[in-house]
Amino acid sequence: MWTFLHKLSSPPHFYDLAARMIPWLAGSALLLITYGTIAGLFFAPPDYQQGDSFRIIYVHVPAAYLSMMAYAVLAVSAGIGLIWRIKLAHAVAAGAAPLGAWFTFLALVTGSIWGRPMWGTWWEWGDPRLTSELILLFLYFGYMALRAAIDDTAKADRASAVLALAGAVNLPIIHFSVEWWSSLHQGPTLIREGGPAIAAEMLWPLLAMILGFSLLFGALLLARVRTEVLIRERRAKWVRKLVYPEETA
Amino acid sequence: MNAPHLPRMFDGLVAVIRRDLELAWRRPGDVLNPLFFFAIVSTLFPLAVGPDAEQLALNGPGVLWVAALLAALLSLNSLFLNDYEDGSLEQMLLSPQPLPLLALAKSMSHWLVSGLPLVILSPLIAMSFQMPARATTVMMLTLALGTVSFSLLGSIGAGLTVGLNRGNALLSLLILPLAMPVLIFGARTVSLAAADDAVSAGLYFLGAYCMLALTLAPFATAAALKISNE
Amino acid sequence: MLHKRGAATVTATLSGQDLTLIRGDRCLFQDLKFALKSGELLLIEGPNGSGKTSLLRAIAGLANLEEGRIAWNNTSVKRGRQDFHADLVWMGHQPGFKGDLTLVENLRFEAGLRTMITSAAEHQLIRLGLAGLTDIPFRALSAGQQRRVALARMLMAEAALWLMDEPFTNLDAAGQQLVIELLQEHLQSGGMCVMASHRPVELEATVQRITLR
Repeated sequence: MWTFLHKLSSPPHFYDLAARMIPWLAGSALLLITYGTIAGLFFAPPDYQQGDSFRIIYVHVPAAYLSMMAYAVLAVSAGIGLIWRIKLAHAVAAGAAPLGAWFTFLALVTGSIWGRPMWGTWWEWGDPRLTSELILLFLYFGYMALRAAIDDTAKADRASAVLALAGAVNLPIIHFSVEWWSSLHQGPTLIREGGPAIAAEMLWPLLAMILGFSLLFGALLLARVRTEVLIRERRAKWVRKLVYPEETA
Repeated sequence: MNAPHLPRMFDGLVAVIRRDLELAWRRPGDVLNPLFFFAIVSTLFPLAVGPDAEQLALNGPGVLWVAALLAALLSLNSLFLNDYEDGSLEQMLLSPQPLPLLALAKSMSHWLVSGLPLVILSPLIAMSFQMPARATTVMMLTLALGTVSFSLLGSIGAGLTVGLNRGNALLSLLILPLAMPVLIFGARTVSLAAADDAVSAGLYFLGAYCMLALTLAPFATAAALKISNE
Repeated sequence: MLHKRGAATVTATLSGQDLTLIRGDRCLFQDLKFALKSGELLLIEGPNGSGKTSLLRAIAGLANLEEGRIAWNNTSVKRGRQDFHADLVWMGHQPGFKGDLTLVENLRFEAGLRTMITSAAEHQLIRLGLAGLTDIPFRALSAGQQRRVALARMLMAEAALWLMDEPFTNLDAAGQQLVIELLQEHLQSGGMCVMASHRPVELEATVQRITLR
């Protein structure tokens, strides 16, 4: 087990392993998302209150869930890289950030579209989930901006790791504070707390979409990290062999 | 192995705070500028939004808090800059004193020089917003706790961006999302006080957050300083 | 200093192995090693830009090594960081003092950061040529005088290991001679030093060299 993990943290092994995993992840993601989309859009019954407009949850909820899971991946891998000095972990963090930011953006856009029929406006500050997502987006921006501002890769890795960990500690606090803040003025929220039990025909496509998005995130993350690894290890022998196979070692 | 030449624990903390206060005394502008900024920004809102007394009273807490946050950000940028440029930071990094303690000292002296004066000035500004007296005490309390948190959190950001070219705007981008819970709780608690509602929840939260920052931020700042100084 | 404590003279050691540093695309140095004892000087030589300062900073712990270990008295400096810091004093490119404070105020601050022996302070300041300059702001001193204040820090700090980065810059001939003398005394009483310098150094002491390209 330790040998496996040790091998995993070695860039060339990771590069190969990831290459083999990506088709599986992407393939199963495609299947699940296709099922979820079709079942959600066509076969799930319309919501008794929102009619057909609720169907956007099949994109919104997975995107929101992924936006937070991506941050967890980012913070954990940044922490591993900082504490145990494993360079691959830093590469994973670097790859996860833009993905997480895109998922957050997607969650915000779909959330805004969803709320429009209900609120009458494109944005409602009273919704705690959406406000938290917005702050999460700023956290991602900060992380990526700090990385971009530091030229030396190793230094950028470590500095952004400190920031990621500080953000991770603050994230639950941010959620809590926004909840409290919006509870002072009860505004219309997107997902009713303890709302009506969700029907099975609605639930399965949703779960499929969440799982599908997660697998998609995995596939995309591995692809990004492979690229990161190539860039970071560009002077290593195994990379040269990949790029110039006709050269003898 | 006994090392009798290790310095005593709080010597470093006291020395840093004392030195920073001495420096602030020599350059009063460093202290006064953020204060003026706080006062001016608080004046901008009534000018922009209109003199309607009720509206002012409603928005007062929020405006004050945003102004306090921005004023803190203004002075955070140079927290480590001078030390970085003249080599004092290097000396601190190589001192046998624990770096987190020294980082805490810097945060504390930042608060003494920028946060505390702001808290003292705030009742004056609050008057211009027609804030009822009962809310003013709560306001000062929340600002005190909040500005301490800002100093601690901000030190992390300042530590991460010291020595970077366009560190100014970047520092704000890094700190603002982290500081939002404090802003939310602070401003809303004062609004609740103005409306005669219960304020204990907000105060407890601010106190708890302050304690959390006090315990964790110095370590993060120390790590940030080591990384930035490489 | 270790050598002054107690009746027996204790030898301190500083050693490094497999020292490798990569900055961006450049490998500054690779697989360097050294072992230093009390009374010895490690001289890091090389042209400008060859990585002398980086190596010195790496030894001090200010820069991150790609690979390699530094040990002070056979304890890894990563583990015994506080003891290591308590036994060293650093003289970098910048003086490390506050321009707005006077010499006395600056040294008083130093005493909070590390243990300083100020009993012979007056005498030392006279020797360093800083006698009448104790009460003016540090930034009013000339570059050479500022360097000498940094030397005062080295003298007053109770440190076995001196780390000096180009100590001769900004000093006139007399000043440079003074540095050699002070270093000589320090080494003779059992201290040790790691110095990065592109200027040749002649001493009556064991000098080890690392030459970087």
